[in-house]
Amino acid sequence: MAGAIFATPSAAGRLRSRRDMVVPALIFLVLVLVPAFAAATAQKFLIDLTARIMIFAVAAVALDLVVGYGGMISFGHAAFIGLGAYAVGILSAEGVGDALIALPVAILAATLFAWITGIVCLGTKGAYFIMITLAFGQMIYFVATSLAPYGGDNGLTIDARDTVAGLPLFKSDTNFYYVILLSLLATYAFCRALVASRFGRVLRGAKDNASRMATIGFDVRRYQLVGYVISGGLTGLSGFLLANSTEFVSPAYMSWQRSGELIVMIILGGIGTLDGAIIGAAAYLVAEEWLSTLTENWQVIFGPVLVLIVLFARGGLIGLCVRFWRRRGAFS
Amino acid sequence: MSGALVLIQVLNGLQFGVLLFLIAAGLTLVFGVMDFINLAYGVQYMVGAYLAVMFYGVFGNFFAALGAALLAALLFGLLLEFLVFRRLYGRDHLDQVMATFGIILFLNHAVRMVWGAAPLTLPMPDVFSGSIVLMDGLLYPVWRLVIIAAGLAVAAGLYILVSHTRLGMLVRAGAANARMVSALGVNIERLFMIVFGFGTMLAGFAGIMIAPILSVEPGMGDNILILAFVVIVIGGIGSIRGAFMAALLIGLVDTLGRSFSVDILRLVMAPSPARTVGPAIASMAIYLLMAIVLYFRPAGLFPAKGR
Repeated sequence: MAGAIFATPSAAGRLRSRRDMVVPALIFLVLVLVPAFAAATAQKFLIDLTARIMIFAVAAVALDLVVGYGGMISFGHAAFIGLGAYAVGILSAEGVGDALIALPVAILAATLFAWITGIVCLGTKGAYFIMITLAFGQMIYFVATSLAPYGGDNGLTIDARDTVAGLPLFKSDTNFYYVILLSLLATYAFCRALVASRFGRVLRGAKDNASRMATIGFDVRRYQLVGYVISGGLTGLSGFLLANSTEFVSPAYMSWQRSGELIVMIILGGIGTLDGAIIGAAAYLVAEEWLSTLTENWQVIFGPVLVLIVLFARGGLIGLCVRFWRRRGAFS
Repeated sequence: MSGALVLIQVLNGLQFGVLLFLIAAGLTLVFGVMDFINLAYGVQYMVGAYLAVMFYGVFGNFFAALGAALLAALLFGLLLEFLVFRRLYGRDHLDQVMATFGIILFLNHAVRMVWGAAPLTLPMPDVFSGSIVLMDGLLYPVWRLVIIAAGLAVAAGLYILVSHTRLGMLVRAGAANARMVSALGVNIERLFMIVFGFGTMLAGFAGIMIAPILSVEPGMGDNILILAFVVIVIGGIGSIRGAFMAALLIGLVDTLGRSFSVDILRLVMAPSPARTVGPAIASMAIYLLMAIVLYFRPAGLFPAKGR
């Protein structure tokens, strides 16, 4: 019965599913080819930049799951990146430098924090939710700055990337690039399957009308909590990758501006699309890279652009493309 | 941990709380009346401080700089409202968060371009620059007492304004049900504009008052903004009274926690782990307080009526 509510007209459904296949296929095709292209043109920085984009894309996809599909505007997701990163950093400082331990610990730490804070945050709605996730994120930030044995304010340098069962699989940048790519692919595929599942339909239903979903008989809060916890854990994975990539962790990873940047990414790409989150992460980091060659204070340009995008380009970059596409379609 | 030290820290906590109230009052008003999340509030606080430094350079007198900066902050707030904010009232919270985040990025780096990244100082007026003896062997800076007095005066003024004037009545009515107020023939756009400009002035005032103690630098409002959010969430969004109570509570808990957490922990654990764990617990204290309050009262301690 619940299925009937969400049934889409078949023509629109076909169009949607075709787009659903083509865009991600293109994205991942490009990502697979980047190392070869970088090697052919001798532009090593392309690998570093794309790896960074993919690491933040993991977090952005996870954030899109709660914001775009769950309607929970979390402004504290950088905390999960930080927890994942600090798990790697602290374990490494204590002499445990293997991913088989560090990865589960990173994801578990983020999951646990999401679960505890989620219980409190989800008792509230709307603006309260934004401010409380913001506050909890800030809490973890300040805890990290006061961790004197692990670098405190200055952060913590990691001696070497994690090994995998003793093998130095992450050591070469190209190898690690494909590890990151696989992580992103797994995250994306998992979230895609999740939003298409019954669980995802309940989550989307609760976003549109929570009381209606509750009336049908769903425990809305429990579904939202599970969604929030899954998103937190996946963002922890992004932190694990970030720490291994930079071989450094610092409280700056989880300042609330970082959480804001993640939201900017998913809005740039268009929320509630998942692939938009990847495109948004790429757009943001490339814009940062490009604008910072123009002026040291590139935010002076980017800030107003952001305001203009919010005021005039609803649906983000993908929304712009779709509108452009539709207009062309109308004439052909 | 002597009595005098505790008294000093209580006063410091009170001063911090009053400062938080100055910021949170405007934030909660804007949120209560317009259902608007303004992340740019922290940079409005920063801009107030910078304006005061600039006008101090012109006039060479603190009070003249204060007056001019407050006026400029008001105009700045009205300009922001006119250019950006009024287009966002009907939008969802995500759009508001995003646009105000863009304003933060812009202003934080714009002041860096105009005034440089180095911290600036605003000298305090000579009249208030000394310390006074509170009791035997206990000196306390006059300026901190001035901040406390100014904050309490603003709180009293706001109370009279909100509870006993026609404008305050409209603000309260707007917080309860903006659409109804509009339907009754009140020009709600103008009310929004006044509240917003006034809120910016309050934030600027807080920035100016703290400037002689802290340094004026880009990003100075970023962290205090989050504390102001904690304050209005604990106090109940839209409630001035709640913001006042919560601000004092947060100011005291944070200051006392930071000063005495290590001492207290040393009662139950060895000195070395206490020195490590103490600061971490102290920095978590106010957020834990927030979590506890919200767990039992999801709408805060003094929720505004009708929400």
